[in-house]
Amino acid sequence: MPQAFPPNSNAFAKWLLIGGGVFFVLLITVMAFFARTSNNAVGVPVSQPVTFQHNLHAGQLGLDCRYCHTSVEVEASANIPPTETCMTCHSQIRVGDPALAAVQASWDNGTPIEWNRVHDLADYVYFNHSAHVNSGVGCSTCHGAVDEMGGMWKNESLTMGWCLECHRAPEEYLRPRSEVFNQDYVAPANQTELGLALVEAYHVNTEKLPQCSTCHR
Amino acid sequence: MTPRRFKARTLAFAALALTLVLSGCGRNMYDQPRAEALESSRFFADGAASQALPEGVISRERGSIDPSYFSGMGDAGFATELPFELTEEVLVRGQERYNIYCSMCHNYDGSGGGVVVQKGFVPPASFHEQRLLDSGVGYFYNAITNGFGRMYSYASRIPVEDRWAIAAYVKAMQLSQNATVDDIPEEVLENLRSTAGEVR
Repeated sequence: MPQAFPPNSNAFAKWLLIGGGVFFVLLITVMAFFARTSNNAVGVPVSQPVTFQHNLHAGQLGLDCRYCHTSVEVEASANIPPTETCMTCHSQIRVGDPALAAVQASWDNGTPIEWNRVHDLADYVYFNHSAHVNSGVGCSTCHGAVDEMGGMWKNESLTMGWCLECHRAPEEYLRPRSEVFNQDYVAPANQTELGLALVEAYHVNTEKLPQCSTCHR
Repeated sequence: MTPRRFKARTLAFAALALTLVLSGCGRNMYDQPRAEALESSRFFADGAASQALPEGVISRERGSIDPSYFSGMGDAGFATELPFELTEEVLVRGQERYNIYCSMCHNYDGSGGGVVVQKGFVPPASFHEQRLLDSGVGYFYNAITNGFGRMYSYASRIPVEDRWAIAAYVKAMQLSQNATVDDIPEEVLENLRSTAGEVR
């Protein structure tokens, strides 16, 4: 019976195994790198053209989130405030401060400040701030203790698994609407009981919530 | 099959597989070529994805609404009446919006010593001055819409209906700070008297 494989196929098979193994490890490394760095920098402050401090404005001064993020209750995007909002106070307070030079320049030239994006969901995910805020999802549930943050960073991974934690059991996270913007809110001991009542009251569709097409539309 | 042909075919297949696998590594589905709110865009000359409305643009429904609803001005100066019915919801909404947008300067009681004033902003007048007690609701609506003195306009931040609600709340706040026992309705007073003991 003739040989089915030529003698050199032994070497070929060996190198294919080694090469395949190396390639597989490399692929996993690259994928893990992309998954962890650019999209998943949890807790890593993003550098900005202006060293805006949430802990001073929202913490110490106690400004409501909505003073600057005016559209969060009515639009998908919780807007970054225009320079006009900064200048409402800073036309009078700390005028000429070097830390505010970029704000003043933006105001004088009419060009927007180019803030670096902190939260960037994949474009195949539909997300709407107003839908969450009006259903009793508190700011700090996703964004953390912003009123204590000097810089700004992602507080949560924003991965699909993380989203589903709430979409599968919203009653564990919802608050009364009146507490959504309260940064000091602490969930009560009877959260599940309260949450179930809120799911009912705010018409949260728990059947639809964990389905693919809710976010991937 | 000769050994040489076998090797060439396998290599070609491996190269094709590698190309297909690697082509899945792009992020072009993650960042699709669409404009997102407030992002930069190469489509418009000024580089912004979110464009301001062209000057003079008004909404379709605005044409059929009385212009005084947007200006706060009646035939004889500032309007003295709300353009819609005053309900408890309007006042509660006004209170909420006042606390968000106004309290940092005007303070929660309208006295004008809010937290931003404590940081060095020129103090605004107290709402409980005689001049402002005599001012109608349209006066406050107008100040929110067009700004006043060093106060910037809030027209881009507070919708028209909310501005009226805030103005109504300011008028209510004035009443509350200058009220006497006689202003309290009889049944509320009764209730207050009966619960006063319990509270203390």
